[in-house]
Amino acid sequence: MPRPQETPLSSLATFLPLAADSGSGFVPPSLEDFFPPIVLWEGTPFAFNRIIMVRLIATVALLLVFVIGARTAKLVPGRFQVVLEMGLDFCRRSIAYETLGEKLGKKYVNIITTIFFSVFFLNITGVIPFLNIAGTSVIGLPLIFALWVFVLYIGASVKMHGVGGFLKLSLFPPGVPKFLYVLLTPVEFLQVFLLRPATLTIRLFANMMSGHLLLALCYSATSYLFLHASAGLKPLGIVTFAGGFAFFFLEIFVAALQAYVFAILTAVYLQMVLEAEH
Amino acid sequence: MDISGNLAVIGYGLAAIGPGIGLGILFGKTIESMARQPEMSGQLRSTMFIGLAFIEVFGLLGLVTPFIFG
Repeated sequence: MPRPQETPLSSLATFLPLAADSGSGFVPPSLEDFFPPIVLWEGTPFAFNRIIMVRLIATVALLLVFVIGARTAKLVPGRFQVVLEMGLDFCRRSIAYETLGEKLGKKYVNIITTIFFSVFFLNITGVIPFLNIAGTSVIGLPLIFALWVFVLYIGASVKMHGVGGFLKLSLFPPGVPKFLYVLLTPVEFLQVFLLRPATLTIRLFANMMSGHLLLALCYSATSYLFLHASAGLKPLGIVTFAGGFAFFFLEIFVAALQAYVFAILTAVYLQMVLEAEH
Repeated sequence: MDISGNLAVIGYGLAAIGPGIGLGILFGKTIESMARQPEMSGQLRSTMFIGLAFIEVFGLLGLVTPFIFG
């Protein structure tokens, strides 16, 4: 018998305290984490809740880090500046230049760096104590980023090749036997206009959402097992406690990895629609 | 023994098999190529991450499907 408020993940969570006494303090994470109550301006497009606050904090932190970094930049860099320059250099060399080449890379390095750092800062809030939720874990923000990339690569290609050139290059890839276009063109059409932005969005938001649910599950299971479970089950709490630590570090890695993947896919998509004379 | 729960959990477990195999092949082959040609490892690594992103999407689609249709 399904219970009325059951969601797929709350039922996943009920597996953990399998034989424990019911009606106690185990609170599995649920989808409601992502829709906290609205605090201000309810009913307007500017409805303000916890996640919006987290996003604003992340944005302010991002701006502060870079403004302070730029203001205090010296010829002989200090520790803070070295870290910042390593990040910027990573975006420039390993993402922009390696994928797009020196000439095109120089043109788009600003956008790619901006995407990398804003996605990273909004992801990392998922593991910062008291914030505890990634700004990108609700679909709106990843969608905006993906639409930005979508408009960017279509705009860049149209500007470089014209509308006809863009359609020809992306819908009729050269070097393929003519009759194969019957199959290839619809697939490419879906790819360019739907799948690329859709996968960018879903990848980022689903990664961050699952990361939050995993972390919250570990934390609440640990607190339940230590404080409320029967004596036989308490040792299991050590496992979930260690799991919480492991997932904490995994989430830091995932936050950086997703920022990298988003930035490098932006570069790859740009490169795909811009490559011309060969 | 009485087990209660949601079929979607089993569905997600099944959906994770494919991307799991895919990731295994991807990482295995990349490590193999890196061992053969260490000087190519930078390029191989970035290509690997692009592939990882594409494979991972399938696992994540399995994750979001129950929320959309559930």
